[in-house]
Amino acid sequence: MSQFQKKVELVRSEVIARDVVRLTLNAPEIAAAAMPGQFVMIQTAPGKDPLLRRPFSIHQTSSEGYLQILFKVVGRGTQLLAQCRVGEKLSLLGPLGKGFVLCERGNACLVGGGMGIAPMLFLASRFQQQARYGAAPKVILGARNREELVPLISDFQNLGLEVLAATDDGSFGHHGLVTDVLKKMNIGPDFTVYSCGPRPMMAAIHHLCLKENIHCQVSVETVMACGMGACLGCAVPLKAGGYAHACSDGPVFEAGELLWSL
Amino acid sequence: MEPVIMNRGEVDLRVAIGSLELQNPVMTASGTFGYAREFEDFVDLRRLGAVVVKGISIAPRAGNPPPRIVETACGMLNAIGLENVGVDRFISEKMPYLSALGVPVIVNILGDCVEEYSRIAERLAQVEGVAAIEVNISCPNVKKGGVAFGADPKMAASVTSAVKQSCRVPVIVKLSPNVTDVTVMAKAVQDAGADAVSLINTLIGMAIDLRSRRPRLANIFGGLSGPAIKPVALRMVYQVAQAVTIPIIGIGGIATTEDAMEFMLAGASAVQVGTANFVNPRASEDVVDGIAAYVREQQLGSVRDLIGALLVG
Repeated sequence: MSQFQKKVELVRSEVIARDVVRLTLNAPEIAAAAMPGQFVMIQTAPGKDPLLRRPFSIHQTSSEGYLQILFKVVGRGTQLLAQCRVGEKLSLLGPLGKGFVLCERGNACLVGGGMGIAPMLFLASRFQQQARYGAAPKVILGARNREELVPLISDFQNLGLEVLAATDDGSFGHHGLVTDVLKKMNIGPDFTVYSCGPRPMMAAIHHLCLKENIHCQVSVETVMACGMGACLGCAVPLKAGGYAHACSDGPVFEAGELLWSL
Repeated sequence: MEPVIMNRGEVDLRVAIGSLELQNPVMTASGTFGYAREFEDFVDLRRLGAVVVKGISIAPRAGNPPPRIVETACGMLNAIGLENVGVDRFISEKMPYLSALGVPVIVNILGDCVEEYSRIAERLAQVEGVAAIEVNISCPNVKKGGVAFGADPKMAASVTSAVKQSCRVPVIVKLSPNVTDVTVMAKAVQDAGADAVSLINTLIGMAIDLRSRRPRLANIFGGLSGPAIKPVALRMVYQVAQAVTIPIIGIGGIATTEDAMEFMLAGASAVQVGTANFVNPRASEDVVDGIAAYVREQQLGSVRDLIGALLVG
């Protein structure tokens, strides 16, 4: 294991769309050790309130030691992070959890919905950087509307990837769900689908993959206190009964291992 | 405690919990530190006074359905449901690493009935490296209609004496704050043979999501921990210190050196760092450093000079 607790400098803060923020942090140790699908825990303010760190999947890393997170402001913790100024130091814990297992054989299809797009960029760049993964992965990204989706697509295009888009309101790409786009692609068992997004989206993708005999990995989101397997607060129900823990057994799971009926 | 010659710059941080001597008064609280290995990248585990591991039952427990935790003002509620690997897997999978650490390992135990507690204690008594047992009496007694052992002095005493008879290592009884008078419980377990008490366990609370009109925890109720509970914990430690003669281990919202030393002034011989481990995984070691610096700066003969040294009146 190589996990770090570091005070790192915020070098860039961008408002990507309304309430959607991307932070760039100078975190060389964590960036170097990180794998796609892993996450960091960030203290959103000094002091005792909010008490707990917040988990964020790693959006992107660079060889210069930068690490990016992408999030939507949904509460006080994310609000405080969004207000952080460049030059401020943030306490990071990471990289944490088990990320995606990159299959070397066959083709890859990456499906990200909403803020579930965050880990997909890191995954896509890893696929693109390393020749052993063969053909360029197919990428399907979905969001509520054009405003939220378009700013995130260019990073994938800059990797030389073609992006299929879907929006809830039809303002960009397919009018509807990413699963509609995935269905139309008619992919077969030579594919692995990597997915992150809202639970109903991942459930739909899981069921589609199950039907078509396609291997599927999903990255789940839960509340978390510690992020490192100590508090056991991030229970994820398993198909076989009992629970796994999103922070240490995941956040990436084989879709077939999870209980989706809840 | 035998005096020792300290090297230049060294300070005497040793404390005793019954027959168990600790190199310093800082432990980790059960359920907040996993089985210690989870923290090895962040903490020099050998520097801790003791490691208290996640509560163990006879059989593995899956725990409660999610959501299991929710953040509250300066604290958190948890309803993990005592998820653990069970005593057999604990001994075979977790103990080898723990006993090789070279710090005292205190095993927290829990059960549904008195017999379960004594069976776990018997199993652990045969295991090398178990320095002490901490008994979680906040669990419901299934045979007595689900009333918590820790809410009834007779039941608390019967669990304590059963565990005492089942093992030779020191027995620490972890008291519940969810009682009318914590000193009654402390005296009851002292009379039943407890070597020490630790307090407080979490305070029962709840949180509601107004939008969905639902409880925020699947279990409805959860245990409140973190800085929010520190004043309650300090008060109870102080009260218990006036009521019993056995050592007290202070728990409840301890995140810093100052917190730890306040508990010692109130009468605690040692402390446990709990929820703070989730925020700062190095919190326990930071407190060890801080106490050492304080003892050095104040030129105290020993950290033991702080125990119960509160000036009142």
